[in-house]
Amino acid sequence: MYAQQVKSTGKKVVSLEEMSPADRDFQERINRGEKIEPKDYMPAAYRTNLIRQIGQHAHSEIVGQLPEGNWITRAPTLERKANLLAKVQDEAGHGLYLYCAAETLGVTRDEMFEMLHEGKMKYSSIFNYPTLTWADMGAVGWLVDGAAIMNQVPLQRTSYGPYARAMVRICKEESFHQRQGYHIMIKMAKEGTEDQKRMAQDALNRFWYPALMMFGPSDNDSVHSAQSMAWKIKMNTNDELRQKFVDETVPQAAYLGLTIPDENLQWNAETEQYDYSEPDWNEFHDVISGNGPCNTERLGARRKAWDDGAWVREAMMAHAEKKAQRKAALG
Amino acid sequence: MKPLFEFLLRQGDNALVLGHRTSEWCGTAPALEEDIALANTALDLIGQTQLWLGYAAEVEGAGRSADDLAYLRDVYDFRNILMLEVPNEDFGRTVMRQFLFDAFQVPWLTALCESADEHIAAIAAKSLKEALYHLERSAETVVALGDGTDDSNKRMQSALDVLWPYTGEHFLQDDVDNTMFKAKIAPLPVSLKPEWESTVRSTLNDANLKITDSTFAHSGGRTGFRHTEHLGHMLATMQVLQRSYPGATW
Ligand SMILES: [Fe+2]
Ligand SMILES: [Fe+2]
Repeated sequence: MYAQQVKSTGKKVVSLEEMSPADRDFQERINRGEKIEPKDYMPAAYRTNLIRQIGQHAHSEIVGQLPEGNWITRAPTLERKANLLAKVQDEAGHGLYLYCAAETLGVTRDEMFEMLHEGKMKYSSIFNYPTLTWADMGAVGWLVDGAAIMNQVPLQRTSYGPYARAMVRICKEESFHQRQGYHIMIKMAKEGTEDQKRMAQDALNRFWYPALMMFGPSDNDSVHSAQSMAWKIKMNTNDELRQKFVDETVPQAAYLGLTIPDENLQWNAETEQYDYSEPDWNEFHDVISGNGPCNTERLGARRKAWDDGAWVREAMMAHAEKKAQRKAALG
Repeated sequence: MKPLFEFLLRQGDNALVLGHRTSEWCGTAPALEEDIALANTALDLIGQTQLWLGYAAEVEGAGRSADDLAYLRDVYDFRNILMLEVPNEDFGRTVMRQFLFDAFQVPWLTALCESADEHIAAIAAKSLKEALYHLERSAETVVALGDGTDDSNKRMQSALDVLWPYTGEHFLQDDVDNTMFKAKIAPLPVSLKPEWESTVRSTLNDANLKITDSTFAHSGGRTGFRHTEHLGHMLATMQVLQRSYPGATW
């Protein structure tokens, strides 16, 4: 997902009886479905865990601008160019909401940027894959935003108030992105020329397994996930969400006349869901640890933007100070 | 070429070329707020392009669409002023260019709201709202960066020095302008120079920036006679899909 393999306490979930009175009170509020607000009591580990998760999510939104930004200058029509610009602008806005949500936990946006640039905070593995043809703009909207929705819709009910509210705003826009992406696929795969059909199939071939990886490896036995779920900052297991994604996406691919690159994919009448092949988790670990096809470029682009923009940020601050001083001198 | 068609291409190509340049920033601005603002400006300009070139295509009456005009013309058929096709270089030059353009667009579009051509008046009215906001923002940023630090002042000064010789092209006059003026479709651009200059001078003064004494003006964009080398590269990128896959719809 946009937040993958977020580390929690690394210990097994503590029972209510074993908790301190303050922690028990906190956990009971969560169990009742109450929202935790910035000034409320929260265990230090809850705070740290959330900063990691929201930060990773925020970083994903802004790094996620790059693979699509790669095609803004080559969009094939004025309308497609405008739509893509609007989408990428939305993603920057999502980043902004999420950084603001994380700031309520006592970490600044600049600190989070630094951690990203130093490789101490991660972003979703999916954005380390290249976008090679215009069909990738379709596949990214359809599959990547589609997978993001699976995860983010339940997060609208997450226990931390500012995070939940950010999710409500974000979800509305994500479903629009997904439809826009799917529409590009319809134009190419269903109504397009032979070349366009090939591009569409090629994009699906390249993005299918990376999209499945977005949900992270199975976490049924993960202590990190168990704690996050007890705190309601993670609402479903990775496998649940991945299955839901597969079940929704398979018919959509069929409608497009595209083949999902998985020979084992088939409907299971017993479980009433699709059986499918796991992605290559070795590849996932490579990508997560910095060896994906575009890790160097993506992080390099973010660092360069940050460094090139330093003089602008400094000048803005200096100007604001001078203005305040001039005002004080007058008044 | 019909003068009205040519006039509309000038409007549409200005919006398209600057919109495209601005969109090149995607995801790499100095701050997240700037990323959002730049995308917003690009989006407004591409929207304006659709209106201007859409009307141009209609006036031409040759069965072409706005997309055909944007994606299937070559350099010598473009009619934007040269300043807009010059590469972004850095954030300073991008903002300075936006300001110099906005300072022209606001009085220009204001005047076009009174055009005898109702379609033009309607496009101008819609675009003016956006241009007013762009000008407010670009002027503010030019002042902040000019005033900010010694380093930022130097960068803004050099951006201004590079761009200034390109500003004169706005005010040139040819048969197209004369025809539009006689038909009460548009004012002569030179009539807007005093207002443009007063906005520019007062903002640059607040920004501690100096205008060079030279009155030299590059030209050749709005007539299409001689563009810079940069436009061809921009079009090679922008038009790649339409050129590579003729007739495909997207
Ligand atoms: Fe997003
Ligand atoms: Fe999105």
